[in-house]
Amino acid sequence: MKDRTKLLIFIFVFLLFYFLPFGAVRIQGAILEAFHMVQEYAREHVLFCLIPAFFIAGAISLFISKEAVIKYFGAKANKLLAYGVASVSGTILAVCSCTVLPMFAGIYSRGAGIGPATAFLYSGPAINVLAIILTGRILGAEMGIARAVGAVVFSIIIGLLMSLFFKNKKVEDDSNNFTVEAHIKNRSLFQNVIYFLTLILILIFAAWSKPRELIGFYNVVYNIKWYLVAVLLVILFFIILKWFNKQERKDWVLSTWIFAKQILPLLFAGVFVAGFFLGRPNTDAGIIPSRYVSLLVGGNSIFANFFAAVAAAFMYFATLTEVPILQGLLGSGMGKGPALSLLLAGPAVSLPSMLVLRSIMGTKKTLTYVSLVIILSTIVGWIYGSIFY
Amino acid sequence: MEIKILGTGCPRCQEVEKRTFDALAEMNVAADVQKVTDIKKIMEYKILGTPGLVINGKVKSAGRIPSKEEIKTWIEEEINK
Repeated sequence: MKDRTKLLIFIFVFLLFYFLPFGAVRIQGAILEAFHMVQEYAREHVLFCLIPAFFIAGAISLFISKEAVIKYFGAKANKLLAYGVASVSGTILAVCSCTVLPMFAGIYSRGAGIGPATAFLYSGPAINVLAIILTGRILGAEMGIARAVGAVVFSIIIGLLMSLFFKNKKVEDDSNNFTVEAHIKNRSLFQNVIYFLTLILILIFAAWSKPRELIGFYNVVYNIKWYLVAVLLVILFFIILKWFNKQERKDWVLSTWIFAKQILPLLFAGVFVAGFFLGRPNTDAGIIPSRYVSLLVGGNSIFANFFAAVAAAFMYFATLTEVPILQGLLGSGMGKGPALSLLLAGPAVSLPSMLVLRSIMGTKKTLTYVSLVIILSTIVGWIYGSIFY
Repeated sequence: MEIKILGTGCPRCQEVEKRTFDALAEMNVAADVQKVTDIKKIMEYKILGTPGLVINGKVKSAGRIPSKEEIKTWIEEEINK
């Protein structure tokens, strides 16, 4: 960080503490609210959702061979297939948001070209495994599914439009394939499937919430969920013992730790900020009164959707922080449609990423891409809002 | 020997850097280690996914964190050439 930036931060913090009226009830309430929100996350989401999710993300980044997917992104790959793969492969390729841009640059300049590259760029942040889990858990399964499906479908449309607008671009480099290293495989596909299935089931059952009515399948599962988790943990223990060597076990823990280290501080900072500004759902105790939120992004008007998409496109969301912020906004009266617009436009682009994109593919293409993202996110949000509102 | 670590500065890239330094120190080999953080320069190496490890211009690993032992073998290979 440059010294000048530091000085600006110091001045900002100084002015903040100098002038903030801590005596005001609204401010005191908002500060308390911020802590309440962090506590809610600590109690509800860390142990049984975030931690298993980090282990899954760590395992994916380590044990799933990316080579199989990468070959569909080469310059000579079948274009249709490239779009399909690009739109869904974010699940396993983009476990960390910081990998999306380098991959985009690779697909764009050396591989299948601008269409699949932008498809990947748009869908990646929405369908990476951590985002799916956290969105579904905190904002509800309906929103999680809408986010994933919306991102996949519209990434293909954005990709096709981009390649339609800029079709004349030739790949300069003919020696198309990406450097792929020979990878030693220690497990069969079947073993990998069992391993990941066990991990995912542990997450699902551990996070199983209490159903509203105490009857039926959900309640039965709820009553025995800890037994199920215990059995699965034993199975997992034997899988790790039998099918993994010492180095792999160490790497798994390390890779999990790297995700946690990278994401947790930012996520909780985001939770705190969301709590301060917006308050917990339905409390209206944040700094920003609910009526302003409702006014701007409440309901499901085209304007509300558009506003949410534009604001989200320029704002920078650190990995996963879009979830608590959206939780706060929804609780303050944001409509479901605009919420989805925000989820789709937010992590896909931000001011910093626009600058990087511009250096990769130039101003014109970047502007086109950003406009497409805003327009399509608005439309998807609006459609979703009309259906569920 | 020239070693380049490709990555935009995420923690995974830092881990590769650390392991590379550890490997070099344990083998008592001197090398010129550079970090490449500019996305355009990274792309010159035809990799998809960071972190990448390049030894004497050859891409040794991409998109994952290699173990220290692997890095040692690669360094060994380059020395014996």
